[in-house]
Amino acid sequence: MSPNIVLVVTIGVLFAAGVYLLLERSLSRVLIGVILIGNGANLLFLVAGGAAGRPPIVGTEPEGQMSDPLPQAMVLTAIVITLGMTAFLLALAYRSWQLHRHDEVQDDVEDRRIARLAAVDERAFTDADTEIASDTLDVEAAEARDETDQGAPARETPREVRP
Amino acid sequence: MTDYTWLVPLPVVIPLSAAGLALALYRRPNVQRLVTVVALALVLAASVALLVLADEGPLVVDVGGWAAPVGIDLVADRLSALMLTISSAVTLCVLLYSLAQGGEDDEESAPVSIYHPTYLVLAAGVANAFLSGDLFNLYVGFEILLAASYVLITLGGTGERIRAGTIYIVVALLSSVLFLVAIAMIYAATGTVNLAQLAIRLPEIDPGVSLVLQVLLLLAFAIKAAVFPLSAWLPDSYPTAPAPVTAVFAGLLTKVGVYAIIRTQTLLFPDGRLDDALMWAALATMVIGILGAVAQDDIKRLLSFTLVSHIGFMVFGIAMATDLGYTAAIYYVAHHITVQTALFLVVGLVERAGGSTSLTKLGGLAKLTPLLAVLFFVPAMNLGGIPPLSGFLGKIGLIEAGVQLGTPLAYVLVVGSVVTSLLTLYALVKAWNKAFWQTPEEPRPPVRLPFGMVAPTAALIGVGLLLTVAAGPLYAYTERAAVSLTERTPYVEAVLPDGERGQGVSDDVAEEQP
Repeated sequence: MSPNIVLVVTIGVLFAAGVYLLLERSLSRVLIGVILIGNGANLLFLVAGGAAGRPPIVGTEPEGQMSDPLPQAMVLTAIVITLGMTAFLLALAYRSWQLHRHDEVQDDVEDRRIARLAAVDERAFTDADTEIASDTLDVEAAEARDETDQGAPARETPREVRP
Repeated sequence: MTDYTWLVPLPVVIPLSAAGLALALYRRPNVQRLVTVVALALVLAASVALLVLADEGPLVVDVGGWAAPVGIDLVADRLSALMLTISSAVTLCVLLYSLAQGGEDDEESAPVSIYHPTYLVLAAGVANAFLSGDLFNLYVGFEILLAASYVLITLGGTGERIRAGTIYIVVALLSSVLFLVAIAMIYAATGTVNLAQLAIRLPEIDPGVSLVLQVLLLLAFAIKAAVFPLSAWLPDSYPTAPAPVTAVFAGLLTKVGVYAIIRTQTLLFPDGRLDDALMWAALATMVIGILGAVAQDDIKRLLSFTLVSHIGFMVFGIAMATDLGYTAAIYYVAHHITVQTALFLVVGLVERAGGSTSLTKLGGLAKLTPLLAVLFFVPAMNLGGIPPLSGFLGKIGLIEAGVQLGTPLAYVLVVGSVVTSLLTLYALVKAWNKAFWQTPEEPRPPVRLPFGMVAPTAALIGVGLLLTVAAGPLYAYTERAAVSLTERTPYVEAVLPDGERGQGVSDDVAEEQP
């Protein structure tokens, strides 16, 4: 049996677009990427189940023409799980927006600290990669955004949020 | 012989039901605590019983009476039972620790009403992953424990935890999708997702296809287990969570990935075509992980890097694919779960006593609380592999297996693991000197460590010492587990006694079909 070419191409497009979006910094785009990849995986299960056929009810349908019910059951489980994760990621993105007024994933502060220590060790030469130790780490981490606002840091004071 | 198979689903069913009960009782914190403790104690008892029973042969349950390849089956063999016992002991200790922490201070890391149900769901997911005899059920087990871990790592929703949690969640979601794709491909290639049936069918398909399937599964599990090129998410996300949560994550979650690698490598892909690649991955994980640890200043991050590094030891044991290698790897997993969790719990106490986790700010703790110094010293030396502790025994087992294998690559790995142990010792001694012996920047007021937090930590260190004292019988047990893993037939025959169907009652329909 050869798989349906339309499904295969759709899966490819979904995965490509999903991977591209996953590499973004903004959490909402990452979320859409996760949804696209998840749907690509679900379609893959349909391809794995073989050609579509009659409902798989023993006794009412001829057995040779039934479709395979198992992958469809697995896809249902996967869809429910993806739904739950999507809801959680949305909540996370909203919380990030509440706290910082943007939903971008920030850099690791400790990593920058270690990089800065290494840069101090190597004062013998200075190039474009050497970090200038002027700002505090928190400011630097907050500035390390590259999509919205052309990298301008979030200046708004965080809103008071009930703990 | 009495039929004890009813014990097998208990480690999954008890915590899940208790989670529902705990959620319903959110207004009664005391009852909630009681429910959680009782549930996890029952799971521990059931796991110990399974540990003893599984030594006779794997216990199999076809869930709902549906025969194995069609229905889902739960299998408790020696490996699963051992993992289950260690993990339930660890979850119980960490829970008691977090209860005491919640009683002592009302900061945001203290358990809120959602903490107990989520923690129980996490325990159920871990047990489900260990017991699953079906690839898709393994995926569901992973998702259960991951969903619970997402909630636990972002507990309280502070800015720092949201940042760390985002990275953790996106990476975990990616690995889940990879796993899902692997399952779909495997189903397309073989028409089954039952592990025992896959063990029969996978050798029959095209070797190239089966290699692709193996790579996909390994990729998915290696992200979860934090094997080197895929490990960068771990030291970034773990340290921000509350101390008990970090401890249970460090102890259990990566080890579930390691367990999945052991299971699929032995049962599904015994021809070992990727062993050399795994060897290199193990070497890189060990060395690069520990170099990261040496550079750290924050003690929680230091421990997270040693966690990554020591995953390399387990992958080394798996990559050798010999009885000796698997024996040592399984023993090492058991040792590492207890010691790493204990260390993270101790660091929680250090943070309490010293007011920080930064090694430059800490100091003088040995004078302040000598008890804490002992609590840190024992598991630290254990992790570093000082004789006669269990870390030494695990490492000597791995080195012995590597020398016996005798290939040049195995010798490189042996040297790499010795260097890694020495560097682990260096990193931990550095932490020990700075946190406990250097003169603090400003004198700290004397603190009283709450008994409720010290006792579970000490108990867990005791379990670690027990692994040393009982190393003889335990090592013999892991050896039997390893031998039955490489034989493969005990597992397959237990699930599919006639090579076709399990013991369920649903095979009357199947007989009508050609």
